[in-house]
Amino acid sequence: MALQILLNFILAFVWMFLNDDWSFPRFAAGYLIGLTFIAILRRFWPHDFYVRKLWAVVKLLALFAKELFISSIAVLRHIVSPKLNIRPGIFAFRTELRSDWEVTVLSCLICLTPGTLTLEVSGEGDVLYIHAMDIDDAEKLGEQIKGTFEKAIMEVTRS
Amino acid sequence: MSMIGELIIVLLVLFGALLSALSTFGLIRLPDVYLRSHAATKSATLGVLCILTGAFLYFMFYLDQVSAKLLLGIVFVFITSPVAGHLNGRAAYRTGVPMWGKSVQDDLKPALKRERKQDSSS
Repeated sequence: MALQILLNFILAFVWMFLNDDWSFPRFAAGYLIGLTFIAILRRFWPHDFYVRKLWAVVKLLALFAKELFISSIAVLRHIVSPKLNIRPGIFAFRTELRSDWEVTVLSCLICLTPGTLTLEVSGEGDVLYIHAMDIDDAEKLGEQIKGTFEKAIMEVTRS
Repeated sequence: MSMIGELIIVLLVLFGALLSALSTFGLIRLPDVYLRSHAATKSATLGVLCILTGAFLYFMFYLDQVSAKLLLGIVFVFITSPVAGHLNGRAAYRTGVPMWGKSVQDDLKPALKRERKQDSSS
């Protein structure tokens, strides 16, 4: 992915050299032209076209913002309700993500989801111990995390 | 346009201040360390982010100045606060801070015990 972006920048600079014009609009035009060339020649690359991955990153960021908003509202509802009607607990969650980077992003995301907080990552990095504020059903919560976050992270890291 | 922009900025700052105040209230009210850390990491983060975004929009629209420092501040707070919450919770659990009496489930205790036994045997 990084190589494709670098090539795109180089193509934009080549375009600026060809026109002998060092302005930003010329750079943008060159970048777009390079983008179309990379898109046309994408089957010669071992990896996927990088715009698709960029789009996955943007989607992950949007998910991050959305979950932060929902989770604060959920926590606030618990705080201002007159009776503390919560059942906290710690449950183990087995993840399929492998590399350190993926597990870090996942645990950061979990810290910002509705009423969950990562307490501990096991030594092998495959089990996360999560403190949940309202543990209705650990299985259901785990499934939910798997469905949304793991999928979004995998879309970014695996092509 | 300026009317709507003003309204958005006011709402952002007010909402952020309200969130921060309520999460402080949560710190007093919730019963144990872990639940308090829920309130501190989530609502306070969102509150600070809202206030910073409001300030950023104000500088951009009314003073014609795009303040990159505020944007960086937003990003840094966004990245660091969940990590801080995680570390607080982890340190508390490892030093044996008890959970609230009404907690239902604890998967971490047997795992931690196993790990300690392994450490002492090896």
